[in-house]
Amino acid sequence: MNPALGIILLILKLVLVVLGLLTGAGWLILGERKLLGWMQLRVGPNRAGPWGLLQPVADLVKLLAKEDLVPEGADRWIFLYAPAVVAVTALLTFAVVPFGDDWTLFGRRIPLVVTDINVGLLFVLALSSLSVYGVALGGWASNSKFSLLGGIRSAAQMISYELSLGLSLVPVVMLAHSFSLVDIVAAQARYPFILVQPLAFLIFFISAVAETKRIPFDIPEAENELVAGYHTEYSGMRFGLYFLGEYATMIVLGALTAALFLGGWRGPLLPPLLWFLLKVTAVVFVLIWIRGTLPRLRYDQLMHLGWKVLVPASLLNIVLTGGLLLLMNG
Amino acid sequence: MKRTEESDGQNMKDTKKKDGYLQQTMEIFQGLAQGLGTTFVHTFRRKITEEYPEYKRPLPERTRARIILTRDPEGEERCVACFLCAAACPVSCISMEGEEREDGRRWARWFRINFARCIYCGLCEEACPTLALQLTSHFEFCDRSILNLVAEKEDLLVNHGGKNKDYNFYRHAGVAMTSGKGSHIDEDEPVNVKSNLP
Repeated sequence: MNPALGIILLILKLVLVVLGLLTGAGWLILGERKLLGWMQLRVGPNRAGPWGLLQPVADLVKLLAKEDLVPEGADRWIFLYAPAVVAVTALLTFAVVPFGDDWTLFGRRIPLVVTDINVGLLFVLALSSLSVYGVALGGWASNSKFSLLGGIRSAAQMISYELSLGLSLVPVVMLAHSFSLVDIVAAQARYPFILVQPLAFLIFFISAVAETKRIPFDIPEAENELVAGYHTEYSGMRFGLYFLGEYATMIVLGALTAALFLGGWRGPLLPPLLWFLLKVTAVVFVLIWIRGTLPRLRYDQLMHLGWKVLVPASLLNIVLTGGLLLLMNG
Repeated sequence: MKRTEESDGQNMKDTKKKDGYLQQTMEIFQGLAQGLGTTFVHTFRRKITEEYPEYKRPLPERTRARIILTRDPEGEERCVACFLCAAACPVSCISMEGEEREDGRRWARWFRINFARCIYCGLCEEACPTLALQLTSHFEFCDRSILNLVAEKEDLLVNHGGKNKDYNFYRHAGVAMTSGKGSHIDEDEPVNVKSNLP
């Protein structure tokens, strides 16, 4: 087919996905504040626009108008570019997640995924490792003790939980016989993997919450001891980038959970895209719900859970799944 | 639940000795479910927030906010410029200049309260002997310009008696010119110094 058309389509998809993700992240902040408010018997933000719907716009204007402060003694260039790493990795991760069935437009098949690379899952894990740099370097470059402590803590936490995150996904790959997320979704045509891999799902979900540094795993930014952790010294839109990256990561996490365990865009009756959005929303709701419920883990509890519970459990799960697959196939 | 069975299987030996991993994990999940259940129910409960500009809660009678200068039942200014309020004010936000009228009654030529400085403690109201200076519950008068918060006498003066409408200082005490000695309320007849010798 015409290569120019392909490029145009790709750019269109990119624009749509990035815009969708960014606006989604913006309104997710509002959604989280609303939900948390309701859980605490408050009404949440409701002043900007009807039901507070323009709150993200107000926040954006505020962040853009604020002074972009670089602390004295900060490692200037690292300080300036660290927030971008977090935001970019979050956005890039979404590139391999399929968000709908193929569309046929003008007799041309358009897959609803930005790019279907055959090592999609490894790409996701690699990017999640890369986002540690954004946080750790941001904390380091700020030249502040709170930031540094936050950066170190998040590095320790994210490296620890990456292990169980990766290991929990091995059974999924074993079942789907592929690293590509499109193939993994295709392999769940009959039933979602959560039914056969509840343990893997649990480990993945817990590790993923830890990767996003959300309550109960928010010791990197524990506000009552570290002010704000690694982004203490950030202001203006650079802080906004950290914030945006965090919420984009939430959406990406929802999308990944949906694609890996909940059957992706597959579902009866409703159109695929809607199913995908529903699943993402459900996962994100659970994330907010957990934030509204659980207290923060202590550092030793965090490490205990990661290394002594999740890693052995995921290893065991791999062995069990492998054994069962061997029995059933051979 | 699958995790429970596995961690139990892993530590079969410990199970008998300790409380049991199965029970422990059960307790963990039970605790989690309880907490999550509570927050979920709360999500749909009636909110306790009072949304301020739309809903204004009825304020207590003695709420201390903006200060007024009241008048007595005859429509005269109650303030006699005695400076007791200015002396009582812990932040020195009240200033005035006193003067005597031709009928001997004192009044404030000008009277100024700097609301940017006022802490609404109410000590001035307590100090005021003529009930002229009173605090009201009107608190919505913030301003972006600090100079607009300096209130002059004409801003403070009102046309009513505030909390005590009937009180008239000069009916109880005050200059002898307007009303003769012993003619005030609760005032005894003047004593004849020549007749009350021991």
